[in-house]
This record gives sequence, C-alpha cells and structure tokens, in this order.
Amino acid sequence: MSEIWHGLIKAFQLIASFDPEVLEIAGRSLSISGTACLLASLICLPLGSLIHFHHFPGKRVLINIIQTLFSVPTVLVGLLLFLLLSRSGPLGELGILFTPVAIIIGQTILITPLLLGLTVSALSGVSKEIVDTAASLGASGLQTAWLVLREARYAVLAAVIMGFGRAISEVGCALIVGGNIKGVTRIITTAISMETSKGELELAMALGIILLFLALVINIALNRLQQR
Amino acid sequence: MPVIVAAAAIAGFTVTADAPSLRVATTSSLYDTGLWQYLEPMFEEKFGVKLDLVCAGTGVALEYGKRGDVDAVVIHDSAKEEQFVAEGYGVERVPFAYNYFLVVGPQDDPASIKGLSPEDAFRKLMEQGEKNPQQVRFVSRGDESGTHAKEKSIWQAAGCNYEAIRKAYWYNEGGSGMGATLLMANEMNAYTLTDRGTFLAYRTKLRLVPLVEEGQMLLNVYSVIAVSPCKHPHTRVEIANDLISFLTSPEVQRLIAEYGVNDYGTPLFAPCAGAGPH
Repeated sequence: MSEIWHGLIKAFQLIASFDPEVLEIAGRSLSISGTACLLASLICLPLGSLIHFHHFPGKRVLINIIQTLFSVPTVLVGLLLFLLLSRSGPLGELGILFTPVAIIIGQTILITPLLLGLTVSALSGVSKEIVDTAASLGASGLQTAWLVLREARYAVLAAVIMGFGRAISEVGCALIVGGNIKGVTRIITTAISMETSKGELELAMALGIILLFLALVINIALNRLQQR
Repeated sequence: MPVIVAAAAIAGFTVTADAPSLRVATTSSLYDTGLWQYLEPMFEEKFGVKLDLVCAGTGVALEYGKRGDVDAVVIHDSAKEEQFVAEGYGVERVPFAYNYFLVVGPQDDPASIKGLSPEDAFRKLMEQGEKNPQQVRFVSRGDESGTHAKEKSIWQAAGCNYEAIRKAYWYNEGGSGMGATLLMANEMNAYTLTDRGTFLAYRTKLRLVPLVEEGQMLLNVYSVIAVSPCKHPHTRVEIANDLISFLTSPEVQRLIAEYGVNDYGTPLFAPCAGAGPH
C-alpha cells in the first residue's frame, strides 16, 4: 500500500518538474474530453429542451432508452466506433481511426445519453408555474424554453460536469479507437492502464492522482460558474 | 463563442504533421522489452517519418492488417503470418530477429519440470495440476497472440486435449499482454510460457525462475510484414519497405544483437535477417 504514498510523491514531482511527457498526455486528455463535453452539450441542451417541452407518442420509451444508455460500456462504444471507422468499415475513407478525433467522437457519443437524460431531468425539476406565467405574459416557445433552461441552470451545469467526468475518466473507448499511440493518442487513462500492466504501479498511481487533480481544478472553475 | 472554440479544437487535431507517418501494429512481447523505444528514434530520424506504434497481440495486429488500419505488422506466429501473406493481405514475411521461449515458474518448482523438454514439461504440468491445483498453476496469455499460439502447439505436441485443459481449475487464461501475464503468474506463484526478451526485461519485478530453456519447439521468430497495397491501396507500402530494410540492415541487426547487454548482461534477441523461412 506504500505505492499510494509513493504515487502521491511522484505526482507532485511530475507536476513540479513539468515533465514533458506527462504535460503532453494531460493536455491531450483535457482537450479531447473538453471538446467532447462541449460538443455533447451543444447537442444535448437544445435536444433535451425539445424532448422535455414536447409531448409525442413514445416519449416515455425514448426517455427509458436514454437512461438505459447511461450504462453503455465504454469498450462497447469503442468497439462499435472501431467497426465504423476502420478502413474496412463504412467511414474508413475518412482515415480518422487511431487519431484524437476518433476519441473525441467516441466520448461525445458516450456522454450524449447522460447529458440528454440529465438535461430532461433538470428541466422537469422547474416549476410548471414558470412556464404558465411566461405563456400568460406572451412569451414565445423559444423564449419560454430559454427561461426554463436558465431556471434549471444549476442542475444543467451539474449534468455537464458529470458528462465531462465520464469522458475524462474513460479508458475503453480511447484504447480501442485511439490505440494508445505514444505522441498521438496516448491520454492519462490509457497511460495508467499501460503502466499498470507493465508493473509500473507508482507511475500509474501518480498519473491517476494527476487526473483527479485536473478534475478538481476544472470543478472549482465550473462551480464558480454555477454560483453566479 | 463555444462553437468557435470547438471548431478550432477540432481543426487543431486534424492538422496533419509535416512528416509522413507509418502506422505499425506490433506484438506486445516486442514492445514490453523496450526494443521499439530503442529503435524508433533511429528509424524516424533516418527516414524522416513518424513511427506510430500500436501495441497489440498478434491476433488483433493481424486483424488491423487485414482491415488496412495499419501499414505493417510485426509479430511472431509463423503459421498465421504465412496465411496472412497467402491470403494476399501481406506482401512478404521477413524474419528479422529471434529468441527462445522459456517456461518459467516458482523457485521451488512444485511440479518438478526443471530441465525437461517442453512437451514433457507441459505433460507433467497437466498431471500435477490435476492432482494438486492449489500448488501447481499455469497462467496463459489466452489472447491469440504468437506466444499463445506457441503454447497451444506445445500442449498439442504433448498429447494434451487443449479444450479440456482450458476448463481445468489449475489453468488460468489471463487475456493480457506478456508483461501483464508475467506479473499475474508472479502473483499466483504459477508457471507460464514467456519469451526470453520480456522475461529478462521484467526480471527485477518477478520471483519466477526459468525452468525449461531448451527445445526446438521453443524457437521464437519475429517477422515484419508490409500490408499489401493490392487489398488496401492507401497503405504506405514504400515507407513500410523502408522499415523492413531498416530492420534487416547490417547496422540495425548488430544493434538488435547487442540490445539488452548493458541492462541485463545478456542480449534479448538474436538477429536473423536473410535466414531461410523457419
């Protein structure tokens, strides 16, 4: 168990010395997962509003499916995307397998159900009175939707934070569609997996601590946003 | 504003590097020894290309090759390699290095296999494993790698029924790379089949010792195969051929022969470019 303590020390050493390889994979992890989270938010906030505000046959079923996909294994997303992006697959011509773009797409797909479901859930939490008041004051559909979204912003931001968390912590998808190629698609989580299987437990632990530290920094920033 | 940031980030990722790159799927037992980390910068500098290495078991490496997702494969399963070339996926099988497999196990050797031939040793492991599964255990790669294929062929040569063994209590299929498998066997105080290179590279982390080191069946030949442009016209076959000529060149063959002497006192590989098919 001394590996945990040694890992903590090693983490500080790596951060303090600005170890170039660690900086590289940390930066890559952040930009890949950050981009995925951004893309998923751009898709899911409008889409979630649409789903919440409209009544259509099968709405209950759709929400069920979305919530079921919360549990989709990351390796499964990776595998399905691999079959799609492989040269022998339908989108092979794009040549994006084993590149960071593939990981971004994979993580976006992975967290979309989560963000969708939680957005719908967040909007449901807003009192119906607000909608009725807005309508009685002559607000258009779009204006009402924007109003409710702002009322629910705390819960919606929590959903975004959760989406980012799921993206930056996942290994399975990044490993399969990224290939953990040094200098190209190696990110913190795939590096942890590799170092562990090499028996480099302290380094693996240090990388894990660094990832948590990054998540902490991001959370503090997003929390500030939440309070406003 | 967020849309612009997203677009910029994606653009940043899709901007291709100036140097062309060669994507190679390599077997884990070559990667874990650090040989690639040693040769990679030399190759990149000499030919002005980026070498992208995907570390995978022989099984999935060949799959990547068949699908055209990599430009070359470097593996060690002669039967699968020959089939790969025969089916038109690969240009030519070019062996460039070899070493030997070893059967390693706990120091006290509860199954008493030390010094036996590989086939006799495996037969004894099966017998002793059946009798005493708490003491005598075996960890297999279980991942369709070259090492796994060799292991299966030894079981067959020993006259053992592999399917029956897979279900046995004393037999554990790890489904991992060579390094991870060695660490698992170490934890379980079990026997396993490993290539000499990875075993030496991991020596300091293991309490396991080599028990069976001699036997024709233990020959382990690494080959490099360029993925054929006939099946996949986009593959960078010229750069793949550069890699092949690099690995078989006299200077690199000499470097391979000396690799590991400083750290382990003995070379991890022997060069064999130009030797006939094994």
